[in-house]
Amino acid sequence: MTLHVNDISKSYSNNPVLDQVQLTIEPGEFIALLGPSGSGKTTLLRIIAGLQFADSGSLWFDQIDMTAMQARERQFGMVFQNYALFEHMSVADNVAFGLKMRSGKTRPSKKEIAKRVTNLLEMAEISHLADRFPSQLSGGQRQRVALTRALAIEPRLLLLDEPFSALDTKVRKGLRKSLRDLQRNVGIAAILVTHDQEEALEMADRIAVMNDGRIEQFDTATNLLRNPATPFVADFLEGLSNYMTEGAGI
Amino acid sequence: MKKAPRHILPGFGLTLGISLFFVSLIILLPLSGLFWQMGQLGLSDYWRILSSERTLAAFHITLSAAAMATLFNASFGLLLAWVLVRYNFRGKRILDALIDLPFALPTAVAGIALVALYDKNGWMGTLLAQADLKVAYTWWGIALAMTFTSVPFGVRTVQPVMESLDLDAEEAAQTLGAKDFQIFRTIVFPQLWPSFITGASLAFARSLGEFGAVIFIAGNMPFKTEIASLLIMIRLEEYDYPAASAIAGSLLLLALLVLILANFAQMRASRHLKKGA
Repeated sequence: MTLHVNDISKSYSNNPVLDQVQLTIEPGEFIALLGPSGSGKTTLLRIIAGLQFADSGSLWFDQIDMTAMQARERQFGMVFQNYALFEHMSVADNVAFGLKMRSGKTRPSKKEIAKRVTNLLEMAEISHLADRFPSQLSGGQRQRVALTRALAIEPRLLLLDEPFSALDTKVRKGLRKSLRDLQRNVGIAAILVTHDQEEALEMADRIAVMNDGRIEQFDTATNLLRNPATPFVADFLEGLSNYMTEGAGI
Repeated sequence: MKKAPRHILPGFGLTLGISLFFVSLIILLPLSGLFWQMGQLGLSDYWRILSSERTLAAFHITLSAAAMATLFNASFGLLLAWVLVRYNFRGKRILDALIDLPFALPTAVAGIALVALYDKNGWMGTLLAQADLKVAYTWWGIALAMTFTSVPFGVRTVQPVMESLDLDAEEAAQTLGAKDFQIFRTIVFPQLWPSFITGASLAFARSLGEFGAVIFIAGNMPFKTEIASLLIMIRLEEYDYPAASAIAGSLLLLALLVLILANFAQMRASRHLKKGA
């Protein structure tokens, strides 16, 4: 269940966005793609999700080449920046969506789906919201629903596109830990896209610092701070050197 | 002294007053004339006029042809809106502009053009005759003329809603394993549904009252190809104002009923959708 990103390149009308990106994500690992806006991190995530396709390079997951595979076949759960909830469906229906869309033998019975949804909502501690509609939820609750919906398809990998950027600072801090806990409980690898250094440092096992379509350094937070590989990394993480010693409160 | 209620936005009284004045002058006054005429009739007279075989036949023809035109325009409008919103191609702007043409064209011109095309000597007419099909001077001709004049409703109501759809939701559905058709059925269409109902009901209401485009191609045979609005005209020419107003009033109430029902359906469907954004 290891994801290999091999030499992925992508450009929009001669404007390179990703330049031979290499990345390996181990099972159960939580990694962050960290970089300023325009560094290509969201494009990389969307290519991994199958919502965009690379010009060259390949993607391997669990020893299977999925470079050309459609998003719907990849079984990667994704949480979008604005959560992309289905506004015309209740929270329970949002969560059940992925299971209902399955075809033939793989599709659970109605009763089975209802049971699975109940369990998922319980695990995410949002059972009380089951019958609400997205427009009746707070930002933090919406994020919860989006995450639960992504987990409902029993994803093999979890992709998080700036899942905290729509929330205010206070809510954000509390949710970081609970998201990380949820990911640990489910036991799948996750990729977090963020431009927030603190968030990456606090949540990720390893961080890929991105700049101009390249990964400048891919390492643990401690190593990034102690031995920055390039001036950009040192510069981008400046001011966070005390962070590790003082602790983030996890 | 009583304090006048305060509004943040100024000009409420003035703008509402002017609006109501014009609504009364342009819409309500003529309609009240119609209902005043209708009021002259006793209930039994009204019933006698409406239940005459000729009137019933005219209503049957009008309603069925309008339903056909609506069915066609609702589905075709959806398709056309989809093409215009989701794809980029050469001539898209021209196609987009063409859609409003049936509104801009005098309906009589449209009717004459359709006859010229579908008459047995016409271009389409000869083609269809070879397949033993006849459109001009039949029920199909009526449906065709109604379809022509109400095309814009089907497209223009759905198009802006489709433009404002959030593509992220469709991408999310993809990552959750949905196939293209499932995404359309479960994500896209439910969001378009309220505007779809509006478009269909407007097209239907418009088709019910369409006159100019239809009479040229209908043939206007009583019991066969005579539409309700033509029957109104005939009764007027016979100076039978009560009969004309009875038919006209019924037609109007029917159209009103459709619009009200559509409004309810639309409110129900959109109660959970967020406004705007």
